[in-house]
Amino acid sequence: MTTIKSPRTRRARKTGRRHPLASVALIAIGLLFTGGAYAAFSTSTAVATTDASSQQTIDQGEKLFAANCATCHGLSAQGSSEGPSLIGVGSASVDFQVGTGRMPLQMQGPQAQKKPVQFTAEQTAALAAYVASLAPGPAIPTADLVKASGDASAGAELFRINCAMCHNVAGAGGALTEGKFAPAIENVSGQHIYEAMLTGPQNMPVFNDMNMTPEDKRDIITYLKYVEDNPSPGGLALGSLGPVAEGLFIWIFGLGAIVALTVWITAKSN
Amino acid sequence: MTTLITRDSADGQAVGAKKSGGFTASAANYIDERTSISGAVKELGRKIFPDHWSFLLGEVALYSFVIILLSGSFLTFFYQASMAEVVYEGSYAPLKGIPMSAAMSSTMDISFDIRGGLLMRQVHHWAALLFVAAIGLHMLRIYFTGAFRKPRELNWVIGFILFILAMAEGFTGYSLPDDLLSGNGLRIIDGLIKGIPVVGTWVSFLLFGGEFPGTDIVGRLYSLHILLLPAIIVALIAMHLLFVVVHKHTQYPAAGRTNQNVVGYPVLPVYAAKAGGFFFIVFGVVMLIASLFTINPIWNYGPYDPSPVSAGTQPDWYIGFADGAMRLIPSGWEFVWLNHTYSLNIMVVLIVVGLFIVTVMVYPFIEAWITGDKREHHVLDRPRNAPTRTAIGAAGVTFYASLWSAASSDIMATHFHLTMEGVIHTLQVTTLLGPFLAFFITKRVCLALQKKDREIVLHGYESGRIVRLPGGEFVEVHQPVDEYERWKLASYSDFKPLMLRPNAQGKIGPAEKVRAGLSRWFFEDRITPVTQTELSRAHGDHPAEITEK
Repeated sequence: MTTIKSPRTRRARKTGRRHPLASVALIAIGLLFTGGAYAAFSTSTAVATTDASSQQTIDQGEKLFAANCATCHGLSAQGSSEGPSLIGVGSASVDFQVGTGRMPLQMQGPQAQKKPVQFTAEQTAALAAYVASLAPGPAIPTADLVKASGDASAGAELFRINCAMCHNVAGAGGALTEGKFAPAIENVSGQHIYEAMLTGPQNMPVFNDMNMTPEDKRDIITYLKYVEDNPSPGGLALGSLGPVAEGLFIWIFGLGAIVALTVWITAKSN
Repeated sequence: MTTLITRDSADGQAVGAKKSGGFTASAANYIDERTSISGAVKELGRKIFPDHWSFLLGEVALYSFVIILLSGSFLTFFYQASMAEVVYEGSYAPLKGIPMSAAMSSTMDISFDIRGGLLMRQVHHWAALLFVAAIGLHMLRIYFTGAFRKPRELNWVIGFILFILAMAEGFTGYSLPDDLLSGNGLRIIDGLIKGIPVVGTWVSFLLFGGEFPGTDIVGRLYSLHILLLPAIIVALIAMHLLFVVVHKHTQYPAAGRTNQNVVGYPVLPVYAAKAGGFFFIVFGVVMLIASLFTINPIWNYGPYDPSPVSAGTQPDWYIGFADGAMRLIPSGWEFVWLNHTYSLNIMVVLIVVGLFIVTVMVYPFIEAWITGDKREHHVLDRPRNAPTRTAIGAAGVTFYASLWSAASSDIMATHFHLTMEGVIHTLQVTTLLGPFLAFFITKRVCLALQKKDREIVLHGYESGRIVRLPGGEFVEVHQPVDEYERWKLASYSDFKPLMLRPNAQGKIGPAEKVRAGLSRWFFEDRITPVTQTELSRAHGDHPAEITEK
């Protein structure tokens, strides 16, 4: 530190390493290096620790749990008056709740809201490993089950029958009772969609492998990804909300434009 | 180009030496000699129409209807009104291999495999929404300006029937694709019908040809949608327009406008050109909307299946008030009597909505009966000059708007982060109390505006110029209104509450008492127009204010 600061005290020469900005540049380079190295290191560890069974990961998860989750869920995840027991919920549940930012809970309310994700992938995996180590439960699905590689039309039919009453046919979301709601399923990863079906977060029912096979779930993900990736053939979708959005549009923009034009047509020239 | 043709035809018709007007004249003469159309052109071409933007709203509805006819004809070329089951094999991947009705399958083909089909579908549907919306706004204009008064009461009724028929057209059209949304809509209608005591079930069976949904309903709705309803609508539109010609057009009050004249442009050439051009403008707007914005994406909804219902299932906007009315009914409104369930939750909706519709339809007669006004009115009322009518209108709009917005209670809940129950309870309150509040506020606002008009006529505008008089007094100079403005502000008809008079037998019947009571309620609070005496006195009293340099 002193060697860096010392050139700044002598201001006789202004070029090369004596330049007034040299120290700034040096600090910037230093930060870039350490930051870059850290980033590279942390991603490599994240890949390394996806092995959920390792005791080291579980221990790390336990520490994170004690620091971030135990207030509500209890020190050994046994639950409290503020939050449910997590024994037996499995790693899929943790990955969904923490991975979408719903946990740690932002505030008490009708339902946990999405917010920016608080933990890194590595930390989330550690938490999931810890909770999974407590008791067997639904596990994080394998990558081939969450890809959009299934049958879109079978998925669309399953979605209409099982999901659309809350989530809307195009996955635009919908209202439930007492301020609860089914969120829009847009820009949600296949893994999180799968985990939601498997574990039934918030007010969602559980669609376990007995009543909806993993392939069925993959078909649903395929359909949702199709809707997400393909723009509406008819033009802008107006939120895919149905006739309410259409009615609002025709009254405000359609009839609004027409009325403006009638005013223009009947305006007297100056 | 024209000159060229003119010379050609002149050369060709060397025999008709007297025809000097060229091609146009000879063509016109040819047609007139065979149709005697010149009488009609003379009559209609010189017909005067006043110019105001709000007078074009009915035209917007008419033009939307023409667009609907054109695009609808295109759709009939490809649509199959059949509920026979087929397997979809078109281009839309997420429905491939799914069994559906031929109606749905052909609508999918129109949307994805027929050139321009989706555009035409969207033009048809957007124009339908615009059609009913334009009718609604047109009706509001007619109501609030009192254009339904004698001699136009019957035309109001015709227009109102057109509004109902437009909703029926809309609903039958909404049901034709046989997608999930339309099936859900039909199921609600089925439920409504079955909720009618005694006959409900039989009427439902008659309509659907057996148990819902059956295999008949789409074909039947199709006949109504493309044959019966449009035929009635066209006939009624013709009558509606005929009445406009017969009655002359109304005009807003202004200097020089009386019940005996119409101030405006003749149909030919100015108005015909404007109106003709306006058709293409409306067509253009609809086309633009249809090419940029999706409407009714049936490919998302999929074929109808009685088990699923999508979140956000609503009717198109014009049926929304009825849907909302059902959402507002508290749960559990039904009772069992003689082994039959009576669904008050449905009967109350049918009765309230039915009464509302009938009241609006016969309103001109109610008002005429209360006021006892038998004069013809061709000059419109400014809404403030009929405070009670305007207030009744505001109350009706509030009532309708509450029901209407209740149809989107779920969307409001999710998008404004509210609870569904909170939205419903709030709208229950606004439905019941809102109209009274709106009535009171509107009436007071109207009276206040009338007082302001009166003040302006008598004392002019506040100019903001303060003058110190020689005695040291400060006065604000008021700018007098000009003659034209004064005419507009002061010329309106005044009504007083009716006097109860005994009839020929010397008796006062109960109907007369009701009428007198209503008349008092209508007219007890009123601001009389400025009289000539008041005007000259006002100007005589304050010469300094008016004539100050």
